[in-house]
Amino acid sequence: MTTSSIRVLVVDDEPQIRRFLRTSLSAHDYRVIEATCGREAITLTATERPELVLLDLGLPDIDGLEVIDRLREWSTVPIIVVSVRGQETEKIEALDHGADDYVTKPFGMGELLARMRAALRHRLQAELDEPVFHAAGLTVDLGKRIVTVDSHEVKLTPKEYDLLRILVTHAGKVITHQHLLREVWGPGSLHETHYLRVYIGQLRQKLEPDPAQPRYILTEPGVGYRLRMEDEG
Amino acid sequence: MPQGTPDPDLRPSPEALLSAAEQEGRGRLKIFLGAVPGVGKTYAMLEAAQVRKREGIDVVVGVVETHGRLETEALLHDLEIIPRRKLEYRNRTFDEMDLDAILARQPQLILVDELAHTNIPGSRHPKRYLDVEELLAADIDVYTTVNIQHLESLNDTVAQITGTRVRETMPDRILDGAAEIELVDLSPDELLQRLREGKVYVPEQAQRAIQRFFRLGNLTALRQLALRRTAERVDEQMQTYMQAHAIPGPWPAGERILVCVSSSPHSPSLVRAARRMAHRRHAEWLALYVETPRHHRLSDADRDRVAQTLRLAEQLGGEAVTIPGHNVAEDLIRYAQSRNVTEVIIGKSLRSGWSKLWRGSIVYDLISKSGNIDVHVINEADEGPQRTPTSPVLQRSAIHTYVLSAAAVCVAGVTAKILESFLAFPNLSMVFLIAVLFSAVTWGLGPSILASILSLLVYDFFFVAPIFTFTVANPQDILALVVFLITAVLTSNLAARVRYQADAAKHREARTAALYALSRQIAGAAGLNDVLRAIVTQVAQVLGAKVVALLPEADQLVLKAGHPADMQLTAAERAAATWAWQHNQPAGRGTDTLPGGEWFYLPLGTAQGTVGVLGLQFETPEVVISPDQRRLLEALAGQAAVAIERTRLVREMMRARLLTETERLRDALLSTISHDLRTPLVSIIGAVSSLLTYEVTFDEGARRELLLTIQEEAERLNRFVGNLLYMMRLESGAIELRREWIEIGDVIGTALSRLTRALGQHQLVVEVDPDLPMLRLDFVLVEHVLVNLLENAAKYSPPQTTIRVRARREGQSIAFEVADEGIGIPAGERERIFDKFYRVQRGDRQGAGTGLGLSICRGIVEAHGGQITATSPAHGQGSVFTVTFPLEKELPTMVER
Repeated sequence: MTTSSIRVLVVDDEPQIRRFLRTSLSAHDYRVIEATCGREAITLTATERPELVLLDLGLPDIDGLEVIDRLREWSTVPIIVVSVRGQETEKIEALDHGADDYVTKPFGMGELLARMRAALRHRLQAELDEPVFHAAGLTVDLGKRIVTVDSHEVKLTPKEYDLLRILVTHAGKVITHQHLLREVWGPGSLHETHYLRVYIGQLRQKLEPDPAQPRYILTEPGVGYRLRMEDEG
Repeated sequence: MPQGTPDPDLRPSPEALLSAAEQEGRGRLKIFLGAVPGVGKTYAMLEAAQVRKREGIDVVVGVVETHGRLETEALLHDLEIIPRRKLEYRNRTFDEMDLDAILARQPQLILVDELAHTNIPGSRHPKRYLDVEELLAADIDVYTTVNIQHLESLNDTVAQITGTRVRETMPDRILDGAAEIELVDLSPDELLQRLREGKVYVPEQAQRAIQRFFRLGNLTALRQLALRRTAERVDEQMQTYMQAHAIPGPWPAGERILVCVSSSPHSPSLVRAARRMAHRRHAEWLALYVETPRHHRLSDADRDRVAQTLRLAEQLGGEAVTIPGHNVAEDLIRYAQSRNVTEVIIGKSLRSGWSKLWRGSIVYDLISKSGNIDVHVINEADEGPQRTPTSPVLQRSAIHTYVLSAAAVCVAGVTAKILESFLAFPNLSMVFLIAVLFSAVTWGLGPSILASILSLLVYDFFFVAPIFTFTVANPQDILALVVFLITAVLTSNLAARVRYQADAAKHREARTAALYALSRQIAGAAGLNDVLRAIVTQVAQVLGAKVVALLPEADQLVLKAGHPADMQLTAAERAAATWAWQHNQPAGRGTDTLPGGEWFYLPLGTAQGTVGVLGLQFETPEVVISPDQRRLLEALAGQAAVAIERTRLVREMMRARLLTETERLRDALLSTISHDLRTPLVSIIGAVSSLLTYEVTFDEGARRELLLTIQEEAERLNRFVGNLLYMMRLESGAIELRREWIEIGDVIGTALSRLTRALGQHQLVVEVDPDLPMLRLDFVLVEHVLVNLLENAAKYSPPQTTIRVRARREGQSIAFEVADEGIGIPAGERERIFDKFYRVQRGDRQGAGTGLGLSICRGIVEAHGGQITATSPAHGQGSVFTVTFPLEKELPTMVER
């Protein structure tokens, strides 16, 4: 997919970070708009209509979560939050409030670009209307509900399939434990993390060439899971 | 006559200087002394107070009894009166001086009438003079009044003069310790005149008694007593002055007086007489009690009386001594000689008539043995109806020993009869002798005397011709009988004496053993709680009482240990304990302060101050602690105080050591941070500046290499900062574990994926057992541990070597290990590598990274309740790091939904 001048709003109060993001993202054909604080971010989102927002959670004026809340009141723009290592609760809260993904400081450009692509794909996907997902040897046909690994079909239980389906529809983006539990087992099971572990384990056994070092279903420590997209480094 | 000028060669006596020093910081007591009530003491006191007030001194009134006399009241009118406390006693309300209000007010001078007054129960002290002592200790000057009849040492004399014994007495030391005494004197005639004029206070009920009291003869005698006492006081002051200023004078020859204490009710008055005598002659004096075997057969009341008399002696300023002995006169003289006693005081009759006949009068005995010690025999005055003499009550057990003793004689008789046919006649008496001896050794003197007599009778009746009569046919047999009796008595006496001494020795040994046991237990006790427990248990056992130990915590006494455990103290008891602690004096039952409670409190003092308070409650509240027990208790308390002090010092020492250690770590931290932060920056800044300045000179490959360097070093810096943050959070306890069910395989996989590049140059072998149970751990933290271990493995082993990661179940835990084939860790350092900032010393090839990683791993692992160890592999070289986590007791249930 092309990224022809997709507008990205970068919200960060550190000038050096904005500088390096501007340079690097522009080199990848993104058009970068900068905001230095939460209020500015909200205003610019309204006026400039970016297609993606990169939001640093440590803003001076308003709490990052509040920015997400305010944006989500009227916009579905993909938001990727930038957080610090070790603040898993912060990440989960951001995701719960409506953010799409996160990167942990300090991050490499490869990681960031992959996340951005994943977040933008939803919009692009909607236009393309592709029911089949490919990633390395894994193929998932959402329409026919068939999963193949290296051209061999794999039989999944209903729950396993549900899990995989959610991962696939959010391919490349992180999905919290809670989200997965709620979608697959219902709102009453939000604390049964062990279910998730067991089923993910089973999925890995069936799909991964080496379940001990998974290639497709990645664990996001303390947050949730992510299905790796083809083009991630 | 003494010379009036100080002799520069002489030095002031240390005692005088010491007493002068002790006067500093204390209030001055001025006593207005009178012979009888009505001489005008209160009036004189108020006059003097008004004078001081005009001088600008802050004068307040504590207690002044005007008895309605207008002239006295007039002097009161512009003085500040501290309101009295109301106390309820037996459904009546009384007013007492409010000690706490006065202490809070801190006047310079306070007026307190009637020093010998007894306070209502519920007051802090039982007597007003004790209240006054507390005021003096708080540096408040006191003016007070007292009549001569209230002096303890003159109690007997006054009783003789007036015919009534005064109950409210005051120890002489108060008078002796007063800074000033003013005698308010009125001639008897003038006094009687005033009485007639109605100017003397006379309570309605006491009319007749007062008439009898206020006879000319009485008044004159009492006046003489008061004058004489005051004169003695002046004489003393003169001598003290001369001593303090090193003026030579006629000093008293070192006389020492000994008074013999007995269980007789006359004993206390003897002691008082001794004190008066000693006081007049400026001699030291002591009260001695000789503890004979008879002591143990005394009634409880008698024994208490002895203890109280000894205590009275101590209160009056003498020394109280108890020695074991057998013959009062002999032992007394021996002790007197050892103490250089010059005079012995003894009462006229210490024994009842019959016993005097039997054992001889002690007095005559004493006189004949006294050598060159004077013996002073005093006619004793009766102490009055309150002390009725009681005869020693035969204890119940005594009766049964007599019966047993008679039985023994019967057995002997039967045995003798059996042996009659084999033994010659005179030898049969030996059998009875055995019975007598046995009786003496087992049951004591009395039963053995009974046995002797019974044996004689039985022997006579059944064996001596003519049999079955009490007559003796052969005169020689009479001799045998008499000799037999004498032998019997002597041996039983001897046996009894030996047995008594053995008992006494055992008794003393028990006391010493108690002290030793306590010191041994304390020495072995580690912490403060153990020490306290040892103390309360030992003291409770030794003295047979309930014991509590209270220690100060934030300026309040807190009950820290008790035997039996779970004791509670009421607020009143706590107040007594607090008083004892603050004033470093005993308080509570049996003392002069707050005696109304059930507990007796002894402060535990060391050179550093009072470290706590020991409280005792005896089974029967009437138990009076004998001076011996008191001394034992004080010895135990001394040990306890030292032990408590020791634990406190140990704690402080450890705190100091911890402080030093913390500082050392802080210094190490600062130096490490400085080094490890700067080192990566060197490469980064170097490479970046190189690229910026000399961009054109680098080719593609070189540029790439520089950029890679920058990336690697930046990541290294990032790792270091992360480690630093972890360490700081672990140190401050801010690590919160977000535990959730995880699979260890998952953690391993995530860690490996994070380190693909770092591990790129090594062979990686991963062996995770299938179906490992889940663990409840913090994913992020445990992943960090794994990442650290893997990075170490990569760092410390050469490229192309194998790094093995395994996870398996071991009994009730799950273990995972990271093994490398690198340089390994020397055996002695396998524990120390987990210390902060520790790096294995291997030449100068240190390897990147700080010494924090492993200590953080240990911190995280141990916070989860797990263990981490470093070992060598079974074959070859390298290191194996093993982390084990215990399995959860209950695994989560999986309900198929």
